[in-house]
Amino acid sequence: MMDKRLMREAGAVRSFLALSVGLGLGTGLLAILQASYLARVVNRVSLEGQSLSGVWPWLYPLLGVIIFRAGLTWMGEVVAHRAAAQIKHALRQRLLAHLLALGPVYAGGERTGELVNALVEGIEALDAYFTRYLPQLALAALVPLAVLGFVFPLDTISGLILLFTAPLIPLFMFLIGRWAESLSQRQWETLSRMSAHFLDVLQGLTTLKIFGRSKSQAEVIGQISSRFRETTLGVLRVAFLSALVLEFLATISTALVAVTVGLRLVYAHIPFEQAFFLLLLAPEFYLPLRLLGSHFHAGLMGVSAAGRIFAILETPLPERKLQGECHLSHDPSFQIAFEDVHYAFEDGARPALQGISFELHSGERVALVGPSGAGKSTAAHLLLQFMAPDRGRITVNGIPLDRIPVEEWRRHIALVPQKPYFFYGTVAENIRLGRPGAALEEVAAAAEQAGAHQFILDLPQGYDTQVGEGGIRLSGGQAQRLAVARAFLKNAPLLILDEATAGLDPVNERLVLEALERLMQGRTALIIAHRLNTVHRADRIIVLERGRVAETGRHKELIEQQGVYHRLIAAFGGAG
Amino acid sequence: MKTFIRLIVLIAPHWKSMLLATVLGFLTVASGVGLMATSAFLIAGAALHPPVLELMKAIVGVRFFGISRAIFRYLERYFAHDATFRVLSRIRVWFYTALEPLVPARLMEYRSGELVSRIMADVGTLEQFYLQVLAPPLVALLVLLGVFAFLAWFGLSLALALLFFFLATAVAVPLGVRALSRGTGRQMVETRSALNTQMVDTVQGMTEIAAFNRAGQQQEQVKALSSKFMDLQGRLAGIRGLSSALVGLLINLAMWSILLLAIPLVNQGKLDGVYLAMLVLGALSSFEAVLPLPMVFQHLEESLAAARRLFAVTDIAPVVRDLPGPSPEPLSYDLRVRGLRFRYAPDEPWAVDGLNFVLPEGDRLAIVGPSGAGKSTLVNLFLRFWDYEEGSISLGEHELKAFSLEDLRRYISVVTQHTYLFNATVRENLLLAKPGAGEEELRQAAREAKIHEFIQSLPRGYDTYVGERGFKLSGGQRQRLAIARALLKNASVLLLDEATAGLDPVTELEVMESIHRLMEGRTTLVITHRLTGLDRMDEILVLERGRIVERGRHQELLEQGGLYRKMWELQNELTPV
Repeated sequence: MMDKRLMREAGAVRSFLALSVGLGLGTGLLAILQASYLARVVNRVSLEGQSLSGVWPWLYPLLGVIIFRAGLTWMGEVVAHRAAAQIKHALRQRLLAHLLALGPVYAGGERTGELVNALVEGIEALDAYFTRYLPQLALAALVPLAVLGFVFPLDTISGLILLFTAPLIPLFMFLIGRWAESLSQRQWETLSRMSAHFLDVLQGLTTLKIFGRSKSQAEVIGQISSRFRETTLGVLRVAFLSALVLEFLATISTALVAVTVGLRLVYAHIPFEQAFFLLLLAPEFYLPLRLLGSHFHAGLMGVSAAGRIFAILETPLPERKLQGECHLSHDPSFQIAFEDVHYAFEDGARPALQGISFELHSGERVALVGPSGAGKSTAAHLLLQFMAPDRGRITVNGIPLDRIPVEEWRRHIALVPQKPYFFYGTVAENIRLGRPGAALEEVAAAAEQAGAHQFILDLPQGYDTQVGEGGIRLSGGQAQRLAVARAFLKNAPLLILDEATAGLDPVNERLVLEALERLMQGRTALIIAHRLNTVHRADRIIVLERGRVAETGRHKELIEQQGVYHRLIAAFGGAG
Repeated sequence: MKTFIRLIVLIAPHWKSMLLATVLGFLTVASGVGLMATSAFLIAGAALHPPVLELMKAIVGVRFFGISRAIFRYLERYFAHDATFRVLSRIRVWFYTALEPLVPARLMEYRSGELVSRIMADVGTLEQFYLQVLAPPLVALLVLLGVFAFLAWFGLSLALALLFFFLATAVAVPLGVRALSRGTGRQMVETRSALNTQMVDTVQGMTEIAAFNRAGQQQEQVKALSSKFMDLQGRLAGIRGLSSALVGLLINLAMWSILLLAIPLVNQGKLDGVYLAMLVLGALSSFEAVLPLPMVFQHLEESLAAARRLFAVTDIAPVVRDLPGPSPEPLSYDLRVRGLRFRYAPDEPWAVDGLNFVLPEGDRLAIVGPSGAGKSTLVNLFLRFWDYEEGSISLGEHELKAFSLEDLRRYISVVTQHTYLFNATVRENLLLAKPGAGEEELRQAAREAKIHEFIQSLPRGYDTYVGERGFKLSGGQRQRLAIARALLKNASVLLLDEATAGLDPVTELEVMESIHRLMEGRTTLVITHRLTGLDRMDEILVLERGRIVERGRHQELLEQGGLYRKMWELQNELTPV
């Protein structure tokens, strides 16, 4: 179980890992030395009848070895952790950089939990792989060899017993171990499915109550767990056989050494000191192999974590055809054109845009409307360069968008999304996202324009109130106005409003709309909406349907055309 | 300590399987001790060149222990898992039973999911309580007693030396290490959670990071935290390494000291030299039982913290209780509200403040108003998620409190904004409303809710799992499933709580049509902030700050020019009529 990609990571800290293995080997050699001193002392006392003073010359070195051995153990642990920490640190940075480069379209939606898991749990799961499993893999080969080096010169038969049983341990471990591991793996999956059911029931408890099914669920949970116990134990009965076999090999070989050596001792074929020394070495011989067995799981976890991590790292970044970078002139006016733009998700399986063309001029307000799934947000994401069109192109002042450096382009845009995200930090820090380093007065001024200043002052600590994870929860209307404040602070010429008022109640919607109205003054705006009261005043309305432009025009014109837009309006008005 | 005892009491019913596993654990270590001790004795005895027959007992002993250890180990693992699974089952049922009456009234933040995932983690920690906290010290204690008695037989001083080193490794080292690492440990937990927050922020806030060009800064912040985390981990690894080095050192020192104490005994003839090797090796191998102990303290603390959090939840008294005796039969489905006042806590403002209205059987009543007007509170009171303090709500001439919770909810169908669908098949999700419903009944309900054809188009039709790979339901489809559920349940009273909120207008209109079908022949209460489809209502109540400020039919209210009119205008201002 040597994951190639993980080994490549290990290369960077090769010397630390080698040192860690060296220290482990040193500890093993000291254990052998300790055994030999112990055997000598016991021999002198119990057979030769020497007194305490007679054996001091070996008792002292024995104590020295014991202390030295502890020192090496300590160092070994420290070094192993140093290696693992560096690998983890480097990998975390790379993973994060890659994710940031892949951008919001990749990281969004369903995948969020999985990605956070890979970044946090996944990276930490590598710890045991590098500190325990990997060094132990080397030691499981080296230490038994070293022990054999001492055993063979003393007694060939014992040496042969050890030599022949030793390969059986890794053999069984990999044969039974793999199989048993996959068995118990499957059982743990059953367990996690059972836990998922438990979680599901807890989350849906209110629903269960409404349907009068909540009380009986206690019984169901009890039954499911009992059934789980029975089936799992049935499987574990087999899976634990691997433990039985491994344990059996190690103990029975020790017993075998003891008995054969003992019998030859009776006939004086071997001196006691050597016989005792051999007995002491037998457990030392098997110890590293058994430790490897107990770190086997850590190894597996590491490899599976690596699978998740490298799956992300190996996701190719979107190609940018950089045929020479172009920069936008300082001319404040600009002209954006979508030219026959196509885009499809899931490698073309789910088309979102199927050839749309439109233009957006400086100072204009253009609205993209249409039913859910018409491709409105995709168009905005393409304009933000979160992804690139599959076919067709977007140009700014005639320059293809993909030739303008991403960061430079995004400096010209302020985005107000439907669900703005707030980072762990204060309200002020979150608004400052719009312009890092802005003074508090500027932040407050932006908040004022966004109609957020008053409610911020009413928060427990005003602008210093914590939001985001663990902070206070903002209502939809408050969150939206903070997002508008960010946009005010950023003061970019191009605005993208992506369903900025969806899901708000009329009073809050009014407040946000007023703020947006102020924000759009003197700026170019692309407004995306499925609720139509936001787009009424747009200079141009582009109606998208199934990834194509269905109609274009001003509100009045479109109403008169009696087309898609009219249907949408009818739905909205009719519902109202 | 109190938490510990409560925890023990909680899992006590399974003491038999835990005891069995503990004894087996002891026997496993004891076999190891026996193997090394008899082996040493065999070799020491053999060195005296006796007839082989005299060694037979020792040889049999060596073989016996060589085999028994593996068998005991096997049995121990088997029964330890058995005990763990029993504990797991017990804890889940216990916790569920305690939580069930509390939801949702006592656990307001429950919906957020945070609480649920924390609970799941805590339950998971407690499930390992036997395996990680209880078993290792018990096994170690039994081993200590056994080996102490064994050594004391040959010399009390040897046994005392063992006791000293045993306690030093089992108790002093873990405590010392804990004291050493306390500050670092706390800092590390903080840094780790800050790092996690940053990671979550980075992934979830990716849109903002990209749009505001913050990728570089974000990466820098993570890098700084990650470096700090790495340093702290290194420091902690040093302490942990020290711990394992100390444990090894103490074990070997125990061996060395026992040797030192035994040698004079041999010299003085108080101890036969043939036993020396046996005693030393026996003592040495008994320390196997100590090795898992350093982790026990950590697991104990985690378990206690988890238990404390769970007990804090289960100790909450439910707000609603069933009255003894059978529920009355409602004479009609008239819903009558008189002088109703309610607040969530004594120091909070009234959420509903003196409501009076009647919803006659078969009529439709809408309650509208801005967020925070008290609309959701009414839903909570009707469903008896909370009990009202002043005034009365009656269903068919009987006070709501007279009905048992389950009976009351049998008369009411609810469609809310947040339809919860279980991670089960479409069929199971529908059958929730009527477990014994036949196939045709199910399909009929789905047809009426206009979701049948969609379900048929799924790869496995009604047996498709909700949330299965690639099968995501849109908001409109979820609501249709909720409507189908309500149709199946076929209750006389219908409660619609913002049932179409968050849908786009086209979908909203379509779902609304299905809802109108559902309303037919049912006493209906509609709660909404969206003023849509209200012209079909028999009466509309406009709620503001817990009071009814206007009431009447849609057209009348528009003409009155009050709050309703204002809300209507806000909603439709930019929409041409």
